[in-house]
Amino acid sequence: MNVRSQISSVFHLDKCIGCHTCSIACKNLWTDRRGAEYMWWNNVETKPGTGYPTLWEDQEKYKGGWEVTGHDLHLKMGGRGSLLGKIFHNPHLPTVDDYYEPYTYRYGDLFNAPKGDDQPTARPVSMISGEPMKIEAGPNWDDDLGGSPIYAANDPSMKKLSEQEQAQLFALERMVFFYVPRICNHCVNAGCVAACPSGAIYKRGEDGIVLVSQEKCRGWRMCVAGCPYKKTYYTWSTGKSEKCILCYPRQESGQAPACFHSCVGRIRYLGVLLYDADRIEETAKRTDPELVAAQREMILDPHDPEVIAAARKNGVHEQIIKAAQKSPVYRFVKEWELALPLHPEFRTLPMLFYVPPLLPVIATVEEGRTKLGDDFFSSLEQARLPLRYLASLFAGGNEEEVAKAYRKQMAVRLLRRSETVEGISREVAEKACAAAGIGTDEADSIYRLTSLAGLKERVVIPSMLREQALESIEDPHEHRREAGFGTRRKAKRRW
Amino acid sequence: MMDLLLFGIFPYVAVSLAVGVGIYRYFIDRYSWSSQSSQFLESRALFWGSVPWHYPILIILLAHFLAFLFPTGWGELLGRPLRLYLLEVTGLALAVWAFIGLVILMARRVGSRRVSAVTTVIDWLVLLILLLQVATGIYIAFTLRWGSLWYLHTATPWLWSLLTFNPQVQTMAVLPLFVKLHAVNAFLLVALFPFSRLVHVVSIPVTYLGRPLQVVIWNRQRDGR
Repeated sequence: MNVRSQISSVFHLDKCIGCHTCSIACKNLWTDRRGAEYMWWNNVETKPGTGYPTLWEDQEKYKGGWEVTGHDLHLKMGGRGSLLGKIFHNPHLPTVDDYYEPYTYRYGDLFNAPKGDDQPTARPVSMISGEPMKIEAGPNWDDDLGGSPIYAANDPSMKKLSEQEQAQLFALERMVFFYVPRICNHCVNAGCVAACPSGAIYKRGEDGIVLVSQEKCRGWRMCVAGCPYKKTYYTWSTGKSEKCILCYPRQESGQAPACFHSCVGRIRYLGVLLYDADRIEETAKRTDPELVAAQREMILDPHDPEVIAAARKNGVHEQIIKAAQKSPVYRFVKEWELALPLHPEFRTLPMLFYVPPLLPVIATVEEGRTKLGDDFFSSLEQARLPLRYLASLFAGGNEEEVAKAYRKQMAVRLLRRSETVEGISREVAEKACAAAGIGTDEADSIYRLTSLAGLKERVVIPSMLREQALESIEDPHEHRREAGFGTRRKAKRRW
Repeated sequence: MMDLLLFGIFPYVAVSLAVGVGIYRYFIDRYSWSSQSSQFLESRALFWGSVPWHYPILIILLAHFLAFLFPTGWGELLGRPLRLYLLEVTGLALAVWAFIGLVILMARRVGSRRVSAVTTVIDWLVLLILLLQVATGIYIAFTLRWGSLWYLHTATPWLWSLLTFNPQVQTMAVLPLFVKLHAVNAFLLVALFPFSRLVHVVSIPVTYLGRPLQVVIWNRQRDGR
């Protein structure tokens, strides 16, 4: 057993209201500068939809993630040799048009335009070339367009549905969508790390955060194609790749990452998971439907004395083990099996998990009125958003994994309804709990962590480990007389 | 005197700059060390420019190095006319490919407004000097046959004399203007290397072939490890 610790997260999609506050918090902090305007380390996309960058889930197009042929696990982009062969031109690399060309407006024209017959207008100009441009896409371009034939219909997961099901989804009364906020998954078997020719991308041993060494990066841009989630970005102005750093400078001083801290719906949970690094490869090689369960097996019980001993032997700090025992992520992912990884079939073993949204599934339409299904368990098959769609998103096609999570969520709901409003008897609620395979006390804990938990319970960061923090290796006086965050060197091309 | 300056002194200046400034840049400003790829901004023309440029020029460069490092072996290899013709024709074809690739790359820097927005003066300087280098190379291959043989008696001894710090410029001094231009221009590229995006040529990621795919780094080495 080779125990490693990983800061991982759970996003509770039922609570996400799609307000993009997380995206803005991140943008203001990290990517509000030339060359990074188009980057959204945190973005919120509407599902069904094509996402950002457009069609990122289509790995036949981008060749991200891993593939198993026979007993061999290799990057979908190709083996080491063939990957290096693409160094002069990588056919799978998305271009800026797959995201959007960043733009601003010539606001000055509104004030400086000479007197004339027409109102002056602020023309849109490209933030790359500075020239006037036609805006064809922008951040969250398909926001809320869940029923659109342009965006939703092209969602790769939609191809898993029958034509009839698709047609049903686009019927106006049945139209349905939900939000998926996405950041870097800080994968255990990261595609970007494996694809980097320079070896510039690495996983931090202490907390599993995946970082790009800006000094070692040579701009070969393989990581951008190698990441199936398209969460590494190429800074066009400096020739370096950048990605979400899970706000490690904030974490090292005990604060929640900016997107977690600012989340209005309080959907985000952060905590430590201990996992067995010896099992990475065998886990990533499992068949698609087995992947969710296999990844769960890889995650270890932080209360198990054997695990604790092995973790200590591996140099995992006492504080980290303690944090792992209080981890809300462990409860959601392993104990309750409520949270599922996004597209586990990419085989990067992502360490960000999602509680699938209940509402778009259970609501049905009768006589033009939306109503919550009473007979939930028999109606999962007729769910408004087919389970097959959600299974293709969160479970490698394994519908039972998603259904299991829904049964538990529904049981918790019924239990709460029986306690707070009339109409559902305690008996019905208990029956639902039994059918979902949880006790009422467990349902109660789920309810508490879902609805009542404060910031300190939702975000459990190990106590400050000065001796391990990167901060103690860098010169603290370097930033004297500087306000707030900044880059140590201006991200600007100098040679 | 001019010959001594160009073939006896300038190469040392160029190499000194390459090594000195290269080391300075690597240790003081490693952040700037990048291939400065612009594929993200424009992909299609880059394919038709970058691929025909890089592969042929690498093979041609390798041939130049082999003839310099192993003159005897090289001479024996080309001792038969058939082999000589084959190599010359191949070299010429590759050079023409590289030339076309380079022209496409330059056209792309003008034609794409996005790419021209990230193009600097030194980028243009590098492209122009490279174009001149390939053009003179092709001209020499066409007019002064057979370059791959007389290289052994002119450039090879000259380069070895430079390497042994005993510069002998007479073999170069008698050569036609275009050959001289080709040689001096080559060292100009060496001099330009540390000041431009050319630095990426020494970052060939061969270690990728051998390293473990997943990289894990601890901020501090763990106890007992």
